[in-house]
Amino acid sequence: MIAAHLPALQVVVPLISAPLCLLLRRPGAAWTVALAVSWFALAVALSLLIEVSIGGPVSYPIGDWAAPWGIEYRVDQVGALVLVIVTAIGAVVMPFAGASVAHEIASDRAYLFYTMYLLCLTGLLGIAITGDVFNLFVFLEISSLSSYVLISMGQDRRALTAAYNYLVMGTVGATFYVIGVGMMYMMTGTLNMADLATRLPAVADTRTILMALAFLTVGLSLKLALFPLHTWLPNAYTYAPSVVTAFLAATATKVAVYAFIRVYFTVFGEVDLFEIAPMVPILMVLALAGMFVGSAVAIFQNNLKRMLAYSSIAQIGYMVLGLSFASVTGLAGGIIHLFNHALMKSALFLALGCVVLRLGTVHIDGLRGLGRRMPLTMAAFVVGGLSLIGVPLTVGFISKWYLVQAALEKGWWPIAGLIVLSSLLAVIYVWRVVEIAYFRPAPEGSAAVEEAPIFMLAPTWIMAGASIYFGIDATATLEVARGAAEFLIKGAP
Amino acid sequence: MDVLGLFNYWIVIVLMMIGFYIVISHGNLVKKVVGLNVFQVSVFVFFISMSKVRGGTAPILEEGIEVYSNPLPHVLILTAIVVGVATTALALGLVVRIRDAYGTIEADEIIEPEEDGA
Repeated sequence: MIAAHLPALQVVVPLISAPLCLLLRRPGAAWTVALAVSWFALAVALSLLIEVSIGGPVSYPIGDWAAPWGIEYRVDQVGALVLVIVTAIGAVVMPFAGASVAHEIASDRAYLFYTMYLLCLTGLLGIAITGDVFNLFVFLEISSLSSYVLISMGQDRRALTAAYNYLVMGTVGATFYVIGVGMMYMMTGTLNMADLATRLPAVADTRTILMALAFLTVGLSLKLALFPLHTWLPNAYTYAPSVVTAFLAATATKVAVYAFIRVYFTVFGEVDLFEIAPMVPILMVLALAGMFVGSAVAIFQNNLKRMLAYSSIAQIGYMVLGLSFASVTGLAGGIIHLFNHALMKSALFLALGCVVLRLGTVHIDGLRGLGRRMPLTMAAFVVGGLSLIGVPLTVGFISKWYLVQAALEKGWWPIAGLIVLSSLLAVIYVWRVVEIAYFRPAPEGSAAVEEAPIFMLAPTWIMAGASIYFGIDATATLEVARGAAEFLIKGAP
Repeated sequence: MDVLGLFNYWIVIVLMMIGFYIVISHGNLVKKVVGLNVFQVSVFVFFISMSKVRGGTAPILEEGIEVYSNPLPHVLILTAIVVGVATTALALGLVVRIRDAYGTIEADEIIEPEEDGA
């Protein structure tokens, strides 16, 4: 039956459609294919999430080769949640892409954009679905290589250097990951995650495994832009086309966080990871440093895309902080922040995409009086901004509440205080934008600006609306995140 | 386990450090790509070395072949080589476009003010 093959379809359909876009060449046709595939992928991901929440993890042997030898696709609650996040962002961003790509990318290259987008989607979905550590590397490189191309499509020539630097850092990160995988293979003779989990405890205290853990941690930290390995991120987000920034900011680093969770809590799940190496203090200190440095630097940025990029580094800090607690509440907080941050950051970057379309700039001075001229766009921006701060009734509040709770559970008062304190930094940089957009008059003699077209406003508001909706009624997301965290920490994979 | 017995691993470490050093220290964008390649090749050598079984031959089903090397890492490295080639091609492609846009491929000559209206 076709339903049994959903895990394969999830990855294979975007993969096959990518060359299809290349052959179609016409921007409109390529856009239609990308849109249809995105919505199809979302439908598959949602049905997988439902299937997994009812019947437990789904295992799919590729080509019918049995698990420890063949490559296994394995969908559990965390994986299904990440699949839904990635495909939902893709499905919402694609309608937006039509107008935005036509405006920012030359029409004779637009079909290449959609080809690369589909390949990137393939890679990200593959990372979330695979149960094999080497297969994860291959998907990681598929998504990374395509995102380098996507970033280099930015109008500014600095997009090229940003993509180049990201390529160098990303390749080093991925190679570090492969070294870690090789060392684990040396000691256990397997690449299957579930199999690794059962075999690793026997060799956990060898130096080879410790080195493997170190290489995996550094490699994945580069990919997820954990402070201080974040230096590729600000330029990449600033100079990439608006659609690319919105898509990558909401998915790429999140999927890397997911891979990190996978390695720590599934592959090394049976090992008392926090016994064999001082991972708790290391991760926690880096996460906290990222939260403060990211937010502090964001305050001084005049380019709003760059400001949000630095704020992303801070938000990644919250996610890593959550998983460094290694408790159910902490991990649930990290996972739910992964979901929530995807909503709010995509809303914010999509709003900036509308601003770019109408004004051609995201410099803070250009936004004077924009609150009256583009009320709907700026309102969406404000909703996203409030969510970044963590104001009640937005999703940001839910995740910070959970993280504070996790810190208090362990009795770590200072950490809880630092979480609240770093949120105050977000108030400053969000307020700067609000002040400029709403309390400054529009510059004299500026051309009339109309609101962004509906195709771009609707996706922006779907994301902004979702970040309010899931902030008011978080029961569904909390249930999935908590279930996923409990599964990762207690249930054997 | 003497020093010579671990010869391959010594080479891996030396190559890895040379490659990594080039990536970090060189300002020429093409040289950086070459450094990245050396770095990746060291990992390939690492995988291939660890799969070698002493006295083993190629894993072919035939009379008289009892001991053979582990073929899986070889296959993995074939994949990794493909990824490496793709990365190199893309990196060099970017360098060509950077040269078109800036007229130079030296990293310290293309630094420009970060802050402007863009």
